[in-house]
Parts: sequence; C-alpha cells; structure tokens
Amino acid sequence: MITGTPKPIDEVLSMIEAYNKIIVAGCYGCVTVCRVGGDKEVQVLSSTLRLAREAAGRPVEIKEVCLERQCDPEYLEPMRPYIEDYQAVVSIACGAGIQFMAEKFAKTPLLPGINTGFLGVTERQGEWAERCQGCGDCVLHLTGGICPVTRCAKSIFHGPCGGSVGGICEVDKEIKCGWQMIIDRLKSLDQMDNYGKLKPYKGWDASRDGGPRRIIREDMK
Amino acid sequence: MKSGSNLERVMAAGHFAVTAECGPPRGADPDHVIKKAELVKGNVDACNVTDNQTSVVRMSSIAGCMLVKQSGIEPLLQMVVRDRNRIALQSDLLGASALGVRNLLCLSGDHQKFGDDPQAKNVFDIDSIQLIHLVKTMRDEGVFPSGDKLDGAPKFLIGCAVNPFADPYEIRVPRFKLKVDAGADFVQTQCIYNMDVFKKYMEDVKRQGLHERCKILAGVTPLKSAGMGKFMNRMVAGIDIPDSFIKRIADEPKEKQAAKGIEMCIEQIHELKEMEGIAGVHVMAIEWEEKLNEIIGGAGLLPRPVVEHETVH
Repeated sequence: MITGTPKPIDEVLSMIEAYNKIIVAGCYGCVTVCRVGGDKEVQVLSSTLRLAREAAGRPVEIKEVCLERQCDPEYLEPMRPYIEDYQAVVSIACGAGIQFMAEKFAKTPLLPGINTGFLGVTERQGEWAERCQGCGDCVLHLTGGICPVTRCAKSIFHGPCGGSVGGICEVDKEIKCGWQMIIDRLKSLDQMDNYGKLKPYKGWDASRDGGPRRIIREDMK
Repeated sequence: MKSGSNLERVMAAGHFAVTAECGPPRGADPDHVIKKAELVKGNVDACNVTDNQTSVVRMSSIAGCMLVKQSGIEPLLQMVVRDRNRIALQSDLLGASALGVRNLLCLSGDHQKFGDDPQAKNVFDIDSIQLIHLVKTMRDEGVFPSGDKLDGAPKFLIGCAVNPFADPYEIRVPRFKLKVDAGADFVQTQCIYNMDVFKKYMEDVKRQGLHERCKILAGVTPLKSAGMGKFMNRMVAGIDIPDSFIKRIADEPKEKQAAKGIEMCIEQIHELKEMEGIAGVHVMAIEWEEKLNEIIGGAGLLPRPVVEHETVH
C-alpha cells in the first residue's frame, strides 16, 4: 500500500490561515489501511482544526468527506456540485489522490494534510516499512525476493558494501543490510549462483528518471 | 601495458609496490595538497587522492590529482559512484585521462549520512563493480557503454577496494571475484590488523586464482595510540583490530605509543612482503604523512625502483 504520515497540525493550520470555509477530504484506499487518511482521521483532523481556530477567535466551517478513492475519476465527480462553495480542500489522501483532485477542480486550492511516504507493508500493528520503489524493472527473481534498490541504502546491485556489520547497515542500527538478507535468502533457496553474476547497468529510464510514467492497456480501453 | 602508469610498470617488473594516500583539503588552498605531497614524494609508486571521503566535502579528487602530479608524484584517482551518474562519471574519466592520470580506484563511496550534507540526494546510478566494467569497456574496446566510438580511449590501471573483514565473510572472496571479472587490475584492501583473518582470506583468494589476475596491495594504517585503535574498532564499519594488537600499544607509556604503532606497522609490512600473492602495500597514514618515510624506509622498501617507460599503444 501507499503509506503516509500526518503533517504537523501547525503546518496545516498555516495552510488554511486565509480560509474560513473548507473541506477535509479523506480516502478509503491505502491511507485508510495505514490509518492516516480515512474517515476517522478526517473527523479527528477536522475537530482539531475547528478547536484551534475557535481558540484563536477565527472559527472555520469544515465539511467532512471521505471518498471511495481519490485516484479514480468517478469517485471525485460527486464533489463537483458543492466544491466551489468552499474556499479550499485539505486532502489527506496520498499525493496522487491530492493531485488528481486538483486536476479535476481547477478553481479550488488543494492542500496536503499528510506527507505521502512509500510503497510498503504493515510489519506489525502500527509499524509500516518500505518494500518497493516502483522502479519499473523488477529483479526480485534474481535476488531471492528481496529488492536491492529498496532495501540497500545505496541501491547497489552487487552488495553488500563494506558498511554491513553483523547484518546491520551502517546507515542506521535499525536498518537491516539488504544484501545480507539477499544472501541469506539465496542460500536458503540454493540460488547462490545468482550472486556471482555481473548484472547489467540498471535502466533508470523505467523509473522516475524517464519522466512521469504512464501505463496504457489497450485491452481495457 | 594497459595504462603505462608508473605503478603498473613497477608491479609488472615484479617489484613490491608501495602506495599511500593524500586527502584533499576542506577548502581551495592548493598549498595544503602540495605540503602533503612533499611528505609522500619519493616514498611511493603512486599516491591515492580521495574523493570526498566519508561524504565530507573536499577539493575534488581530479584537482587534487593534478596538484599531486605537479609535485612530481604519480596520482591515483579515487572515484565514487555516490555523487555522479554515468554521464558525469564517463566525462570525468575522459578528463582525468586527458590530464595524464593513469591510475583509478573505483569505489561506492560512504553513504552521505556520514558527511556534512546528510540531506543530499545520492546517485548510485551504477555501482562500483559496474564502474570497473564501464572503465574497462572504454579503455579496452574504445567505446562508450552506449556503443559509440571514443575519440581517444582513456588509459587507466583499474583498481578496486576490498574489505576482507566486513560481513558476511563468506561473500568477501566471491565479491572480490566479481570485481576481477568486471576488470579490476589491482586491489587495495581495507586496513589489516587481524593477520589471522587476512591469511585465511588470502588462502581463499589464491584458491580462486584471483592473485594471478589482479595485483593485491595490502592496506595498513599505523595506530597513533591504543585509544585510536579502540575508537576505530567501535566507530568504523568493517575494521577488525584484535585486542592483542591494541594491548601491545597500550602496554607502552603514552609518549611511546605512537612509536610502537609505527614499529608494529613496519612489522606487518615485513610479514606481508613474505606472503604469497601480495604485490605491494597501501600505507594509509591518515593525517600522519610525515611518518611515511620512516615506515616505508623501515620496511626496507626505499628507494623506490625506477622502471623505464614503455610506450603505450
């Protein structure tokens, strides 16, 4: 899923400083699963903003909504009849959702209520961790199902570097060395042959470096 | 000859090679490099010039190489893949070769977290092993990795680094082999203190025949004090200084610890000279360049041999 973290409330308050009638919009997709942008978080954020503005003597009217997904056009359309009655939208969907809403409603300022994080997994209750950078050219079949691009702090293709000590990356004692994990897994799969092969330079053009990416499926059009 | 460098000629003639290193300054003052170079001169066959080591911003390695070269020492350019994509790497390789740099060390580079710009974007477009491959392609095939022909191929003796003491041990020799397969002509090792582990490593290296395909320069760093040894053990990833090694220095009074460190470094070099498969020594006297003459002379490695130049075609 796409993960995120709430922006500090002072930052959100300063974004809405000029407005007294806004929408706070959540999303039932990924951000609901990682508990940063669902209907509960819409309620909590709206209440916090209202209280802070009341305390400051400048009350704000807030409409609370949570869309099925902010990244699909059909779920954004129902906002069209009323969105221009409001001065701005604080969206707590991911960056894709926020931008898509902005594209659809040209006259309404869109304000991000969260910092979008990464493509990750729920490792345990309340703890999410990155697994994929969406680089567009997957090599997991060669690396024991562990991604060197994401799990190695240097994204190197022939690791580990000299900074791996006891399975821990020198960058942070909380980060496991991705290449130690790859090697352990290759050994358990009896695939160490994969380690000894020189890998071609990665084509980063399949990643963000090729510009904003697009997937076209003619069969679905 | 692949590069025609002095270092290559010395090793090809069968001499035990000596390299040292020179860290460029945190500023634009050339005198800093020139002063260091004076201390290195005459003691080595080539001198490494580091590339923003530990991600701390310094004068560029290529500029440092030129200052070293002007001082009459053969430079060895360290190049990390942390800060430059393949376009910048290729361009700098061409520039360095045009300026007469003939030795190259291909490195990943310390993570930027350890430097003074931890918020910098890292590059790692290709890794250090792919850089070896890239340089070899340009040098030997006269083409860019894209396949386009070069208007003059760069001439480098291609080096890499290995750390026999990093984890996991079992991958250390296979990873060295990857570097040799990619095209490394020589290797400089991380500082060696634990000779038992290093001997075991060398046995595994020889079993693969890597010492016959790649010249191995063993890295040594004299300890200035027992405290320095303890600090390095604690703070530097992949450094392994046995307690017994530190104890020999700690047993000396404070004012004699530095002399003991140098004596032990010389002792190590003597031992390394006798080891099969070791082609030379890389003396990293960090901010202690004034001791290089004493260490290298003490190890019986002076004067450095003069090997006649051979034209490189």
